[in-house]
Amino acid sequence: MLRGSGERDLPIGWRDDVMSSELKDVRLSVIDERIKNVKNVIAVSSGKGGVGKSLVASALSLTLARRGYRVGLFDLDLTSPSTHIILDVGKSRPIEDRGIVPPRIHGISYMSITYYSEDKPTPLRGVDFSNALIELMAITRWGDLDFLIVDMPPGISDATLDIIRLIKRSKFLIVTTPSKLAFETVKKLIKLLSDLRVEIIGIVENMKIKESDFIKSNADKLGVKYLGGIEFDEGLEDALGDVEKFSKTEFFREVWRMAGELLRALASGAQ
Amino acid sequence: MHEWALAEALISTVTKVLKSERLGKILEIGVGIGELQDIDLEIFKFALMQLRPDYLKDAEFKFKIVKTRLRCRVCGHEWSPRKDELDEGVREAIHFIPEISHAYLRCPRCGSIDFDIIEGRGVWLEYVKGKR
Repeated sequence: MLRGSGERDLPIGWRDDVMSSELKDVRLSVIDERIKNVKNVIAVSSGKGGVGKSLVASALSLTLARRGYRVGLFDLDLTSPSTHIILDVGKSRPIEDRGIVPPRIHGISYMSITYYSEDKPTPLRGVDFSNALIELMAITRWGDLDFLIVDMPPGISDATLDIIRLIKRSKFLIVTTPSKLAFETVKKLIKLLSDLRVEIIGIVENMKIKESDFIKSNADKLGVKYLGGIEFDEGLEDALGDVEKFSKTEFFREVWRMAGELLRALASGAQ
Repeated sequence: MHEWALAEALISTVTKVLKSERLGKILEIGVGIGELQDIDLEIFKFALMQLRPDYLKDAEFKFKIVKTRLRCRVCGHEWSPRKDELDEGVREAIHFIPEISHAYLRCPRCGSIDFDIIEGRGVWLEYVKGKR
């Protein structure tokens, strides 16, 4: 920062060319304010795409809401959002009130870029991705929540780094498939989060097609809690977009059970 | 009403400057406003007046409107989209999230969707002048 003068009676100035980017970008200073009444922020993440993050995030949000918790679901997969399909958000829209207030969908406060992109392809390079994410975080007023579930895009690039930077108390829930290929990228995510001292609350193994302890044993080696395996559910595809049907699937029942474990783990961690 | 959220962000940032630099008084606040976000300046000014705390009562806000400049990554063409060419729904979407322009705008020369926003997005703090 530039100090124009040390004299008490002369103006002291800060110019944009010397101002820190954090102060220049006014949005950053209200992100904490927007989530100050959110007790827990859980980022559902994976190194790999197609492992079921959005399904886990949607089911987890619904199970927590049905247990009586106040829940928000924030779809941050800005270029490939899908939770709006899973939950069939229909013609709901955010309310404009000194920012935007997420609509309530099936008992969940819900926010997605699709309210603005209308399902058009929205290609975003790194800086644009970050800007869109920061904008959404700065203008969305979540209110009082017990849980804000964040559906993350795959990988360890902008979204992961931004969430870690901007919501320092985020906890990560990791999703993988039984595949060695998926777990190879998940290992990198775990290493990154561990290096940055970000809490990992557990790992979910999705789409199991045979008995194997490959993921569990590796999770144990890495010191990450294995929350359980979900068998490949053939009925899941037909339940997408129908929340009542979705909540009767084996997949949903397993996520319900895991949510119970998560709640116990969070409660014991808070003591 | 998005202007209110941005006004709140600006006041919050200026307050951080005031505290971190131990200023007794803020005299002038320079604010950059990108044209792409289509901010209603009157609502924004009104929101600032309503939200500003006592220690900013005497501060003067100076606004600098920055024209939108986009550059195509494929053919290098630079252009400024005209607001009147966009329908109201698109303008509103871009108003909330300027990067949504990537869903709706195309390079007028080659039709590519691959462009950079060079200038004119968002709201930012240009400078603060104050006294200790």
